[in-house]
Amino acid sequence: MNWVTIKRTFRTGFLSFWRNGFVSFASVLMMVFTLFIIGLAIFTGVILNTTLQQFRDKADMNVYFTTDAPEDQILALQKQVNALPEVASTEYISAGDALANFRESHQNDQLTLQALDELGQNPLGAVLNIKAKDINSYGTIASFLQSQDTAQSGQPQIIDKINYFDQQHQDAVNRLSQVTTSAKWIGLIIIIIFVITTIAISFNTLRLAIYSSREEIAVMRLVGAGQGYIRWPFMIEGMMYGLIAGIITMLLFYPLTFWLGRSTADFFGGVSVFSYYINHFVELFLIIVGSGVIIGLIASFLAVRRYLRI
Amino acid sequence: MIYYDRVSKVYADNSVALEDVSFSVEPGEFISVVGHSGAGKTTLIKMLLAEEEPSSGAVFFESINVHEVPARRMGELRRKIGTVFQDFKLLPSKTAYENIAFAMEAAGRSEEEIRSDVPHVLELVDLGDKINNFPDELSGGEQQRVAIARAIVNQPDVIVADEPTGNLDPVNTFEVVQILKKINDLGTTIILTTHNKGVIDSLKKRVITMDRGRVIRDDREGKYIL
Repeated sequence: MNWVTIKRTFRTGFLSFWRNGFVSFASVLMMVFTLFIIGLAIFTGVILNTTLQQFRDKADMNVYFTTDAPEDQILALQKQVNALPEVASTEYISAGDALANFRESHQNDQLTLQALDELGQNPLGAVLNIKAKDINSYGTIASFLQSQDTAQSGQPQIIDKINYFDQQHQDAVNRLSQVTTSAKWIGLIIIIIFVITTIAISFNTLRLAIYSSREEIAVMRLVGAGQGYIRWPFMIEGMMYGLIAGIITMLLFYPLTFWLGRSTADFFGGVSVFSYYINHFVELFLIIVGSGVIIGLIASFLAVRRYLRI
Repeated sequence: MIYYDRVSKVYADNSVALEDVSFSVEPGEFISVVGHSGAGKTTLIKMLLAEEEPSSGAVFFESINVHEVPARRMGELRRKIGTVFQDFKLLPSKTAYENIAFAMEAAGRSEEEIRSDVPHVLELVDLGDKINNFPDELSGGEQQRVAIARAIVNQPDVIVADEPTGNLDPVNTFEVVQILKKINDLGTTIILTTHNKGVIDSLKKRVITMDRGRVIRDDREGKYIL
């Protein structure tokens, strides 16, 4: 394709966009709808993901040490645990802190406190609180701890109990894992169905827009225009629909996310769609406008192809 | 130049559009194809433009079998054949100027050529003052003259006119035929289909008469006999 042809192709595309005002308007509107759904899908995905992540973060694992476990051994073990790739963070609570915490939480329970005073010594051991990056890796970490503990033969075991091995705790963690996983899948499937449906509607709109030009395409063929020469103006028109619709959609999301920002942050705990919109503006712009342009391009390519077979 | 070699066309429902049609057209000829509606005139034209495939036989244009031309090279072939139709087939969203310019652009002509040739051909068909009108602002006769201007602008070897006067009143019919004669005088081959007796009788050129898909007469300086 030489420069003159490219120039002509663009000019024809722009002219036809302008002159077929109503068809262009309707197509852009339909495309805005599609891109809006894609945008909503992205925001929904972000909210869903962070919300589920917060649920998953609520899961943790406590390792209780024996009362006579030496602190340096516990700290050495903490170091080892921290080095594991599955582990997000650990928190060491010394026996003294554990006692203080216990006293605080039972400050209205004089009977228990009295019993504690009677003992004369600290009955509580140190605790290591572990948070894993993924809810499914607690099992691995727990077995690692257990093997570390038994491996040090000759020395007395320092781990008293790992609450992961409590049936109740394990059930709760598994339940949480299952619920969040299926919520993620259901959300994803709904999003995909919506996106596919609107893309199909968009395709159909462009097909109808080009259907009204089928006579024109036939005439172009008869005066000897080549396939590319006929096809490209339509594809440029399709891309323009996508480009304009993408920009409109991005503009629409500004007031919308601003309005929704606070309530989503309150409701879903932390994630504000508005700050997400602002912080990820460039990516969102590229995704929304890019999807529009690509949908416009492919849809018009396919639609013209039907009428080129003369 | 153009040669129909035993061309037949049978549609899927077994209706016969063309049956064993053979004839040739020499460069510079003006031939008219006449016949009742459904005699196969339009199918004959569509064969030459490769819009329809023959069931058997072949159509040659300058020794090339038009049905063996690959789709991507079809444009080149069609640019050598100017076409004029009963329903004009102008692009409604383009002005008279742009309709003609489009055919030149499709042929890859330069902007300077377009700027100089388009007003010239519009002048030739007596539409110099309607250059920026859209088709729906022109009368039937004017639209047909734009279509003729578009057909001749790339200086094709042949003009194929399928019932070009079918939608026109006698005055416009006369004008269109005069223009076609003028183009023929300048050396372009013309194939005209019509069922207008007056047009044929005034032309005094070769006439091919068709009936139910067959060529039943081929007269040098023919008359409309049916």
